[in-house]
Parts: sequence; structure tokens; C-alpha cells
Amino acid sequence: MSLLASSGTGISYPRIIRCGDRAIGIEFSDQVSETANLQVLTLDASLAADPIDGVLETIPTYRSLTVIYDPKTVRGAKLGEALLQRAAQGEIERSAGRLLEFPVFYGGEHQADLEDLARLKDMTVADVIALHASAEYRVYMIGFAPGFAYLGGLPEILHTPRLAVPRQRIEAGAIGIGGRQSSINSVPGPSGWRFLGRTLFKLFDPMRPEPFLLKAGDRILFRGIDAAEAAELDRQVSAGTAKLKEIAE
Amino acid sequence: MTAILSIHRAGPLMSVQDSGRYGYRSRGVSTSGAVDRDAHAIANALVGNEPGAAAIEFALIGGSFSADRDVLIAVTGGNCPVEISGKPVHTWESHLLPAGETLTIGALRGAVWGYLAISGGIAIPEVLGSRSTHLRTGLGGLDGKTLATGDNLPLGEAGKLKPKTLGVPYLRSHAPICIVPGPQDDYFDEEAWKTFLRQPYRTTASRDRMAMVLDGPALKAFKGHDIVSDATVVGSIQVPGSGKPIVLSADGQTTGGYPKIATIASFDLARLAQLPSGQEFMFRAISADMAEELAIHAEDRLAAVIGGLKKRKG
Repeated sequence: MSLLASSGTGISYPRIIRCGDRAIGIEFSDQVSETANLQVLTLDASLAADPIDGVLETIPTYRSLTVIYDPKTVRGAKLGEALLQRAAQGEIERSAGRLLEFPVFYGGEHQADLEDLARLKDMTVADVIALHASAEYRVYMIGFAPGFAYLGGLPEILHTPRLAVPRQRIEAGAIGIGGRQSSINSVPGPSGWRFLGRTLFKLFDPMRPEPFLLKAGDRILFRGIDAAEAAELDRQVSAGTAKLKEIAE
Repeated sequence: MTAILSIHRAGPLMSVQDSGRYGYRSRGVSTSGAVDRDAHAIANALVGNEPGAAAIEFALIGGSFSADRDVLIAVTGGNCPVEISGKPVHTWESHLLPAGETLTIGALRGAVWGYLAISGGIAIPEVLGSRSTHLRTGLGGLDGKTLATGDNLPLGEAGKLKPKTLGVPYLRSHAPICIVPGPQDDYFDEEAWKTFLRQPYRTTASRDRMAMVLDGPALKAFKGHDIVSDATVVGSIQVPGSGKPIVLSADGQTTGGYPKIATIASFDLARLAQLPSGQEFMFRAISADMAEELAIHAEDRLAAVIGGLKKRKG
């Protein structure tokens, strides 16, 4: 499949969007779509393997790749052409990222929304947990906060609007639902999302040799664990011996 | 032994900042660094540091300090009363602060962000390649926090202490703030664009290192105020449902779900950030090509100011 595709909105994709005099974007869709995200990641990988002079950083998101550049080395107009050309060349890489298993302690003190969610959906708490843990999620992008993972793949029944009034502090590791999206929180902070549980693994730790646990394209399975296993895992994470399980396919 | 800068009194939003944390926006890490990059670089150059060295940034009000060895200090960003051992000295110049003497920095006039550079720079450990503080996530700086009364900061090795002053003046215009339309300029119709470019906007007190909320006529996005989240940059002008534009600053988040009508031209970021709260200003749209030209010109101008520093007499 070619990277060139067009949508029914009258706008043809991919297209270039301008973000000032030091950044430029290439947009593959205006929707959340796995194809668009794969196009983004394929182009990002191509730029990493064969860099364009003057490109300083790349930021892959759901459906676009934003490139930060030095206008002294490369002009945006030229860079935009190069990005379109590059996008037209490649085949989408289907080889998706790692498949990782995240143990999740559903419920607990910081996750007040699990019971509300069950009530709202007219389900038992156990059913909500089973449904949430049944899906395979995909990391569409890392953003907003260091290591924060935006996930796709949330079962439709669990799609739930954000809270009208955000909470002041949600802990790192909290597993959330915001509309159609799911997330894993990486640093404590305010949030209007609804939370079901938490993983004990740290998505972000600047003192680790590899500070970021996840990258865009990774896939995730959640596995419910009980309080005893959570306590044991907590000890392992503190001791630095916990290892995320990568599932071979 | 490492020299120490002691903070005897700290203003409300004082933090350690260098020229920024680069290479991690794809991982959700904000660039941070000085809000007014030029003023920060000039302060460093005045005390003989590399332009990107770690210095102290403050908002509106300075504080009082002393060092346990002789150092050079420079205060830039705006104008404010500065005293060494009770004697007034000028901003935008470097001065000897003898060991044990007190440096006091008062309130900025007509500016928001001030810089105190000290010879040798602040030698705290780097986090992800930078000493800049990202306050919201507690990254970098001194334990990721704002500086407080009683804090002590280690200083790096300094060269010869030769006070300097500007040879080439560093001036800022009062012209409209330049913007480049996009990335979601097409979410706004002709009417909204007319409003945006022909009506004055005002800076408000809702501002910090992450963002500033502007006041003025509301802007309606006819395609809606929600997009599938994409990348933001420093200077992105987000328009949420309230219609009041939000300009992202140095600590701004790396992605966002509001349409962005335009991006502040990089050379005008600091000029906007330095406008006192409540001040009216106009926007002017320019092409990305022209913004690039002017950005390069601004870099050359800064290089000329730094290259043109001269020995201060007296």
C-alpha cells in the first residue's frame, strides 16, 4: 500500500502544515486511524535512518509527524517538499512494535472511577475489568507529559466522556479512559480522565539508563493482578529488578 | 572547593534555566529553558559564560543573594533596581559581587522575565542533557522546584572576572507581534481571521512558564474546538472552546487537542512574553518564509550584540 491516500473530506493527504518558522508538519489524516499512525511511524523511521540536513527533532503523533528544523540550514518550503517526497516513496511498515504485558492492579485507593464506571455501564466491576483487560492496545503516541502513553484499542462499550471537573492529582501509573482513548499516566498531575487501576511499572524515570519505557508503535496487553502480587511487584520495581514481560509472537 | 550562591530572599517564580532540553519532545518532555532566550544568553555572555549556561530566571521580582567567593553577576530581561552592598548598579552590565557581599534585585519595570547570570554558571547536575527546571513535572533544576529562600546553588569554575557592558545596543520594537498562520488556520473562517488580525488582544495575569492566556474578542473555530491531538511547539496559539487564545511557552506541553490558529514567529516569542499583564497589542500575519528570514536576522543580531560586548570602565 502506498503512503499516498486521500480522504472524503475534500482535503487530500498527506499534506503539509506550517507550525511557525522552526517546525513543519506532515499530516496523513484528521482522524485516529491505525493506517495513518503507521504512515507517521514509517516516515519517522525513515528520517531516523536517513536524516535530512537541518532537522533537529521529530514528533510523531496519532496522524501527523511534526519536524523541528533549523531555518539556517534548511528552509521549511524545501523541507515540506522533501517530506512529501519521502512519504510517497516508502511502503508502510506493518511490523508493529513490541507486544508487552502490563500487570495492572485494578481498583485501589487512587482509582475511584471503577465502580462509577460499572454503574454507568450497568455492568459488574469484574465485567469492566475483564472487558478492559481483554483488548490489545496500541501506543499511538507519547506526549503531553514525559512518557505519557496515548493508547488506541479501547473496547467501544468502555468509551466514556471525561469528567466535567478534573481531579487535582492522579498518580503515575494510573490506567485511564478519556472518551475513545485510553492512557497510562507517567507523572503525577491533574486529569479529567476516568481511572480504573494502576500499573506499578514506571513509564518515566529520568535516572534510568533508558528513561522512557514505551514508544509509539508498541502494543500492550493488560493483566489484572491481586494485592499480593502488586505488593511483590512494588518491591521489585523499588529494587530495580522488575522487568516488563515482552511476549514473543 | 565548589563555590556556592546563597539565596537569602527569593521572588515568587524563580528557577534555574539554561538554553533548554532538546531531543525529547517526541517523548513528551517540554523544551523548557529561559522564556526570553536572548536576555538569558546576553546575561551569560556579560559574565563570561557560554550563552547557554544555567542561570536564574525570575518573574517580576528578584531577590537577594550572596556568594562565598568573588563572582561577576549580570541582570537582564528588563530594567529593575539592582544593588551590590547597598550601592545601585546598572542592569545589562556585569559587576563584581565580592565574596560575602549582598546582591539585591528589585521589581522589573515594563517587563516580566528577568535573568541573573553568575560567572561559572550554576553547576547542578544535568537531567536529560539540561539543567533547566520543568516545574510541572519536577524535572531538572534544583530538585525540580522553584528556588526558595535558604537554597544554595553550586557554581562552576569561572575565568578572569572582567566586567563588561553592551557595545551594540539591544533594542526591542513595539511593532505588532508577528505570527505564521497554521497548523489549523483552516478551522477558522474569514470572520474569525479578521477579528484575530484587526482587533487588539491583551496579555493577562493568567500566565506562567507553560502558557499565557490572552484576553480579547473570542475566536470561534467553525470546524470545532477539538482536534485529534497533535504536536504543539513553543509559540503555538491554541484556541479552546472559550475562544480566548492560549500561547504555549517554554514549559508548554508537547501535544494538545485544541486547534492552533497560528504560531508566534520565533523572534517575537520573547517580546510577547515580556509584555506586562494587561497590555494591548496587535497581531500581524507573515509568511513562514518571511518568518524564517527574520528569525535568521534575529540570530545574527544577537550574535552581534554578544560579539560586541566591551570592557566596562569604572
